[in-house]
Formats: sequence, structure tokens, C-alpha cells
Amino acid sequence: MYRYDEFDAAYVKDRVNTFRGQVNRRIDGSLTEDEFKPLRLMNGLYLQLHAYMLRVAIPYGTLSSRQMRALAMIASKWDKGYGHLTTRQNIQYNWPALKDVPDILDALADVEMHAIQTSGNCIRNVTADHFAGAAADEIEDPRPTAEIIRQWSTEHPEFLYLPRKFKIAVTGSPNDRAVTKAHDIGLRMVRNDTGEAGYEVIVGGGLGRSPFVGKVVRDFLPKSDLLPYLEAILRVYNLHGRRDNKYKARIKILVHETGIEDLRAMVEREFEQLDGPSVALAEEEVARIEAYFAPPVFAKLPQHSSALEQAKKADAEFAAWVETNTDAHKQSGYTIVTVSAKAIGEAPGDLTTAQMDVLADIAEQYGHDELRISHEQNVILPHVRLDDLRIVHAALADAGLATANANLISDIIACPGLDYCALATARSIPVAQDIQQRFADPVRAKAIGEFKIKISGCINACGHHHVGHVGILGLEKAGIENYQITLGGDHTETTAIGDRAGPGFAFEQVGPAIERLVDAYISLRANDNERFLDTYRRLGLEPFKTALYDNERTAA
Amino acid sequence: MPLVTKDGFQHLPEAAYITVDQLTETDEPWLAVEVAGDVDVSAIAPHFEKISLIAVQFPSFADGRGFSIARHLKRLGFDGELRARGHIIADQYAHALACGFDGVEINDEVAERQPFDQWQDAANKVLPPYRQKMAG
Amino acid sequence: MSKLFKPKIVSANDLFAGDVVYMNPGFGWTRKLAEAAIAHNEEAAADLLAKAMPQQEKVVGPYLADVALDDDGRPFPTHFREKFRTRGPSNRTDLGKQSVNPERREPLAASGGI
Repeated sequence: MYRYDEFDAAYVKDRVNTFRGQVNRRIDGSLTEDEFKPLRLMNGLYLQLHAYMLRVAIPYGTLSSRQMRALAMIASKWDKGYGHLTTRQNIQYNWPALKDVPDILDALADVEMHAIQTSGNCIRNVTADHFAGAAADEIEDPRPTAEIIRQWSTEHPEFLYLPRKFKIAVTGSPNDRAVTKAHDIGLRMVRNDTGEAGYEVIVGGGLGRSPFVGKVVRDFLPKSDLLPYLEAILRVYNLHGRRDNKYKARIKILVHETGIEDLRAMVEREFEQLDGPSVALAEEEVARIEAYFAPPVFAKLPQHSSALEQAKKADAEFAAWVETNTDAHKQSGYTIVTVSAKAIGEAPGDLTTAQMDVLADIAEQYGHDELRISHEQNVILPHVRLDDLRIVHAALADAGLATANANLISDIIACPGLDYCALATARSIPVAQDIQQRFADPVRAKAIGEFKIKISGCINACGHHHVGHVGILGLEKAGIENYQITLGGDHTETTAIGDRAGPGFAFEQVGPAIERLVDAYISLRANDNERFLDTYRRLGLEPFKTALYDNERTAA
Repeated sequence: MPLVTKDGFQHLPEAAYITVDQLTETDEPWLAVEVAGDVDVSAIAPHFEKISLIAVQFPSFADGRGFSIARHLKRLGFDGELRARGHIIADQYAHALACGFDGVEINDEVAERQPFDQWQDAANKVLPPYRQKMAG
Repeated sequence: MSKLFKPKIVSANDLFAGDVVYMNPGFGWTRKLAEAAIAHNEEAAADLLAKAMPQQEKVVGPYLADVALDDDGRPFPTHFREKFRTRGPSNRTDLGKQSVNPERREPLAASGGI
């Protein structure tokens, strides 16, 4: 894992002092609220409906047990005993007092963490595939790239006051788990004809009010050109992105209005003119950063674990969990565990202090001391021995963390919505909870198969509703909450924006509508292995629209 | 408007700024030019020889175009005085200097709220890691 | 014009704690909507807001919100967003204002209930 060097350590500590000073200058009147707001946002501090909210970065989703314990300590000491995992690999505390925030940031710095640029119109926390370094399908670990970008973008003097926020995601696998095509810049590791690893650079993806799938601006970028090329894109965006309308200020609108060919020409011209060597990190420094991400020392283990097979035979519940919540590891005898933070009836992505501590213990004892946070609001144990799965499962179950629903209908992404968020127009969490309850039966959920529901409480789409197989968008209509449903979205390498099904539903009508939709899918699918998304692609909107709006069957 | 430099606040007589359009109408030397955020920097470059001062407007501290404009002007070889002018706050001072500005012209209201020590503090902050490394 | 006017209060968030506050008749701040100053016409509303705006050292983001009045003349929120602000997260009734004083929960509006 990456460890801070003396530069990082000194900077992050000094930054805490700077923020402490900014808080004091806000209180003594040196800074107006208008001036203070972007400064606090660039340190992760929002003012929400009921309280301040601090958004802490988990760069590229990677955490050690020590860091997880610090997150737990912060939740109990300065907050209300829980934290919320976000869709961009951050954790949010919902109740900090302004005066405590510098102390919280100090505690984070002690474990090499921060809340820098988790908000504001700047380059945000860089995200990556949550299976990075473990996935069997990986070309290269994307995290050194993400770390290099983190360092470059941290307080980049030129790019702190962009037209709007700027999000970058990196994947090292052809199977895209980082939603790179819905980011301002997505980087996908690819190999060119000579076998050299580099990036396909995607620009202008984004969700929000006007969703766009990102477009390829460069099909192969050598790794050494990474930072100069990003700098070129950001400079073009900073100078030419719209500043007259906040809803048209993201780079996706610049790409859309300029056209990808012209934008590419602008970027390439800037790239040629800038002094690359003054921007790119030295090779030795890149190698030094890469070395931190070397895989742990794995034991030589057989592909097959008889301990695991026996335990599965003895315990059907455990077997079901293994089937849904583990993925192929590149190392024989190991697996990747997805710990569901979506227990039935709980707020998606919420972890209690006790749960965080348990996760830290498990990672330390059975997981090479590594944890990941996924954009799907779950926790990943990236390196677990097959032989240890039984004991890991038991420990998770004791903490209420063994729900066997990864990728199933109750593994719902939901933003905080109007229960917390000042921008929200409707609630998200209770909608998710209602749907989870309706599909609480694990046998039924499993029979339905992969089914991605994503819920946002406003048009900003933090809940990624556009790319959910089923997307739910909460709005306000005539003074009450109203929910629009979209179908057929896809967040993977075959990214697609969902189709709006029709008029919205009242709060209480959403759950029954989803039940009708699922019933229709079950009756329409070609076979038990055809996912909802595939059935939708095969049959189109009409049969599902009929099911959603078939109100005669609503009598419940 | 006070000018902030490393030496403190200076209350200089207002420079006689001309616009980019007026640049082509004169051959006089020692010109002071004020440019907006949508300026085409390459249109100014042919006139660098007769310009001694360029002030880049910051209509709001949240409008960061000026930082890129400064970098662009430096890259094209402008070696006269470069000022950021308008609504800039102390917390941005180090960023302005890093992008190539020599000083910042702020309005009296900001100068009153944010005395010089706040600008000095901002300029003395620890640089972020990448910038420390690139600085050698 | 005045017939159409909905009574208004000024709400904001406390600068230090971040929680929801309302301007009281003495132009100070209270955490209880029941103690909020009520503006019964445009002029009074503008005046209340004008008193709130300069209080940057105490609150963040003051704004006018509609209220309705119960039989005793006490204000209650009409918009569901404001209802949530008087309580806390609907999925965690153990948190926020609703946890401190559940028996004094602000009354719901008659229509558009949550």
C-alpha cells in the first residue's frame, strides 16, 4: 500500500493548520461565507440539511486496518457512531461540529488520510477499480496511476477554481468496475500493438441533469505522457468550459457543444505546446510509487480448497454467500470477498463503528491488512484465502455484515437523499429500504439474478440512477416526492444511459411498481440465466412499461 | 486598489490600462494592458515588446481562468509584469504566484478584511508533494 | 396580493453546530420553529431577511420559508423539505431534532403529509 513520504506528511499536516486558520478567519470575519464555502468544500466540509457533513477521501478505495480503525474512532468520538460510504470511494460523517473538523482532519493525517478535494470545483478524489491488484482479469494495477494523479491534482495551483467539479476514474481491467465512461476523464489501461501498457483516454462522460457516455479522446496514451496529457485537457477545460450556467459547466457539455474532433484538436495542440518534462514525474519517482502497490506475499496454495468445499456442503447459507459475494482472484487459492453494506432494511452504505472495527480485525488477520471501498457502497476484502472463507464469513455474520446479496436486487446504490442532503429533492434511503424488504427472501433474490437498482434523490445523480439496470430518480412534483424510473442503464464497459419509462410514481407506489417490473421480467426472460438487462435489451421498453403502469394489479 | 506583493500592500497610482483592441492602434512602449477571462492570448503575443504590464481580470475569486491565462502568457514568453486584478482572496495568493503572477491588485474591501499577514501566511504554506518534487 | 401571501419565517443553519435555526422576534436565533418570528406580509418578510443576512458570524444561508399557522397561531412547515428540517433523517428517528424532543415534534401540515 502507498505510504506517505516526508512531502505528503508535511503537506497534509500543514493543510490541517491552514484549514484551522480558515475556520478562525471565517469566524473573525476575514472570510465571508461566500469566500469560505469553496475553501471548506475543498477540505470536504459541506453544510447539509441538519448539520455539517465531512467527506473523507479513500483514494482509489484502498484502506489498511489501521486506517479503518481511525475511521471508526472518528465516528464514535466526533460523530454519531456511523459513517456512510459514497459512490466515489469516500466516507461521509453526517454530524460533525465546525470547531471539531480541524481535529478530525488532524486524526486523519495521523493515519495518512485526508478530506482534500472531496468537494469543490476542482479535481476530486481519484477513484479506481475496487478489485485493483486482485482481479484475475487485470492488465495492470490502476492504483499507481491513480496515486500519481492524486499527487499531481492535489492543490494544483491552476486547477482549483474550474468551471465545475472534475472527476477522474481509472480501471486496469477490460471489465470496467470503475464507471470510467461516466467520469469527466476515464482512463482504461490497454496494451498497444507492441504490448506496451498505456491508457485509452475517455472524456466527457457524466450523469447529472444531462447524462453523457464518455468519448475516446486518445485511443493510446503512453504511460509517461499521463500527466502532460491530463494537464492539457484540464487547461482546455479551465479556459473554455462554460461558466455562465452551472448545469452546463461540466466538461461533458464542452465536449458536446464543441464536438469530440475539435476538442481533441484543442487538447492535442495544447499537449504539443506544453513542456512535457516539466509536468511528467521522473521515471524513478513513478517506479517508487509503483513499488508501494506490489502485491502482498501470497502463499503457494492449490486452486481447490477442500476446507471450503466441506464447509459449503455443511452450510447452505454459507455456500450461497460464497457464490454471490466472492470473485476470482489472480492468485491460486485466494478470493476477493465483497462485504455487503446493504443489510436488509439498513441504509445502503452505512457502517457502524463496531462494524468498521470488525472489518479492520478481519482484514488484519485474514486479508493481508487490506480493505477496499467500492463505488457500489460495499467493502471489499481483496485478498482472502479460500481456506479462511468460513471463519471470515462467521466473523462478518456476527457483525451483521454477511448479507449474501452482492449484485442482487437488494444490493442497491442509494445517495443520502433528502434525509441528509441539502441539494436533494426527495428521499432515497427509505425507497431503498422498502425495496430491500420486498425482496428480502434470499432464494427469491437469487432467482432474480443480477439486478442493479440505483437511486438518486435529485438530478445530480450521485446515486448513478442513469446507469442502473433500474434507475430511480426522486424529484419534487406538486409539493410531494415523485420518482421517475429509468430502465436499461449499464455502468460497465458497455455503458448505457437508461430509458425513462414514463410518468413518475409517488413514494408509496415505487415498491409495488418494482415488484410488477420484476414479475414481468421473470415471466419474460428466455431462461434463468438471462439477466434483467439482457432481457430488456432483447425486448425493449414496451413490455416493462406495461408492467410498471399496470395499475390494476396494484391492489396491495 | 492596493497591490499585494511579497513586500506588502502598495498603494500605487492606478495604471493607465488599455484594452487588447487598443494594442493594435499604438506603437508606444511601456503599455499596461488589462485582459478579461475570455482573452485570446495568442493575439497579444505579437505585441509583447511594447507591453510592460498585463493585468488579468478576476471578476470573482471562483473564476479560475486567470490562472491558466497567466501560465499561457508565460509560456509564450511574456517577461513583463503580470498582475491578477479583481476579486482574489489571500488563500489564492500562493496559487497566483505559482502560475506566474508577480502581484495581485485587490479592492479596498478585501484589503481591509484580509490584512497583509494573511497573504504572507498563504505564501508560506508547505507546497503539495507533487510541486515539491517538481521544484527539485 | 396580500390575500395570496403565505406567512413566512427565516431559517438558516447555525455557523458552529450546523443545525437548523429560526430567527426569533428579537432577531436572535432559536432552534424551535414554534418560537420563530412570523412575517405576515411581504414587507415584514423582507425586513426579517434583511435583519438575518448580516448575521454571518452566527448563521449560514438565511432564507425565507413558507409556513402555515395552527389554531393557536403557531407556525408549522408546509413544504416537506422544511418538515424534514424540523426533525432529522426519516430513516434514523434517533438522530437530529426529533431525537432530542420527540414529544414536541413539530405538527405536520394537513396535506402532502409524509
